[in-house]
Amino acid sequence: MSMDLSVPETWRVKGPLYRLEAARCKTCGRIHYPPMPACPYCGSRDLERVTLPSEGVLESYSVVYAVPEGSRHKAPVLLGLVRLGRVRVVAEITDADPSELRTGMEVEAVLRRIRSDREAGIIRYGVMFRPKLKGGSRGG
Amino acid sequence: MEGRPEEKTGIHGWGVYVPRYRLPMSEIARVWGWAPEQASGLGMKEKAVAGPDEDSVTMGYEAARNALRRASIEASRVGAVFFGTESKPYAVKPSATIIAEALGITPATMASDLEFACRAASEGLRALIGMVASGLIEYGLVVGSDTAQANPGDVLEFTASSGAVAYIIGPREGAVAHFEGSYTYVTDTPDFWRRAHQPYPLHGEGFTGEPAYFHHIENAVKGLLAELGLKPSDFDYAVFHQPNGKFPLRIARRLGIPKEKVLPGLVTPVIGNTYNASALLGLARVLDIAKPGDRILVAPFGSGAGSDAYSIVVTDAIEERRGLAPLFDDYLERRKEIDYATYAKFRGILNVIK
Ligand SMILES: [Zn+2]
Repeated sequence: MSMDLSVPETWRVKGPLYRLEAARCKTCGRIHYPPMPACPYCGSRDLERVTLPSEGVLESYSVVYAVPEGSRHKAPVLLGLVRLGRVRVVAEITDADPSELRTGMEVEAVLRRIRSDREAGIIRYGVMFRPKLKGGSRGG
Repeated sequence: MEGRPEEKTGIHGWGVYVPRYRLPMSEIARVWGWAPEQASGLGMKEKAVAGPDEDSVTMGYEAARNALRRASIEASRVGAVFFGTESKPYAVKPSATIIAEALGITPATMASDLEFACRAASEGLRALIGMVASGLIEYGLVVGSDTAQANPGDVLEFTASSGAVAYIIGPREGAVAHFEGSYTYVTDTPDFWRRAHQPYPLHGEGFTGEPAYFHHIENAVKGLLAELGLKPSDFDYAVFHQPNGKFPLRIARRLGIPKEKVLPGLVTPVIGNTYNASALLGLARVLDIAKPGDRILVAPFGSGAGSDAYSIVVTDAIEERRGLAPLFDDYLERRKEIDYATYAKFRGILNVIK
């Protein structure tokens, strides 16, 4: 039975995808998301796991109409460049129409279905960002 | 204290989730040729619809995250995660472990999915009360979440909606509300079911009311009142399972509870019946506004059939926790109206080759 989504990979990336786990290089201080075994800047292998903030700012975005196979149901896909503290991450923006997006707007992390492997395969859950919920400032 | 196990336990955090999309009842009536007054007869205005990247796990996760924030405890102190749903993304593979892992509760925890139509989460709640009272666990998380299905064109489609609720149950000390008692009443009553591999449930039409909903809730509530020696007038709020906007008011009338005590926790008219969230989501709405000392009657119901009744008393701790996560009304205000075609696409009603 062939599958589109790798089970080992889906399992391996759950920390970054579920909880925004990143890797901080203890030599040069840079933070990498997704986490890597070695720092691509200084080559150090001395990295520690850190958790990125769940709220940030949308720095840039693009509206993708030519979506990959399996994503037509959520087209257009909104791809965002989100600043979380010192780190920028690329992730889908959800719960928004293209006309509602503004650079500089506040966004917050949510867990969503990123992909599912047709009818019978695995479902990959992971982080997306949505416009910050009003009243959500009550949250931490 | 009489030493009832319930009295040793309480709610430490509550959290809700309502998706952003809303389908007006007029859209369903337009597409399926229902009489314009059909929806108002059910006491319905519109229903919440999960988006294309949402399911019961993602909604349940957000409600649980909100509950955990309000509880203000380390996730690792949660010793059991119960997920009540009848819309599991996987038929086999627990949803509870996904939520537990994403919240940082794993690995030293129990975790399982429960099924009892709309009442599974309530069974989880009562089980957690017992587990906390016995000292087996310190805290437990129960999540009720559904992307409720209805056969397109069935009257059920007016109400079947999407939403989630979650509670952190723990010791009485430090709780935002403590339990006074609980009572469960179940029988074998086939009022609503979904056979294996079937996409939509069927129901016994008029049979869902009298022998199912009304009989079980009435007996659960009466059993609770008899055990605790309380009268309906001792409660400041009453929340019942809400399959539509009318049944909860009718069961309240039968129990001698005025409508004013029911309306604050009656959320189905504006978001639909969220199945496993339903009554527990109504309870969350009441906790959003309740004052210390308020006594709340809660009675979820599930087809098949059964009901649990709980007596809950709000404590002083509620004021400082309320602001730690979004309120029900915050989610309610986030509203994007959609048409039937978009709803059909979001909820997978359209037959597409994948
Ligand atoms: Zn480095």
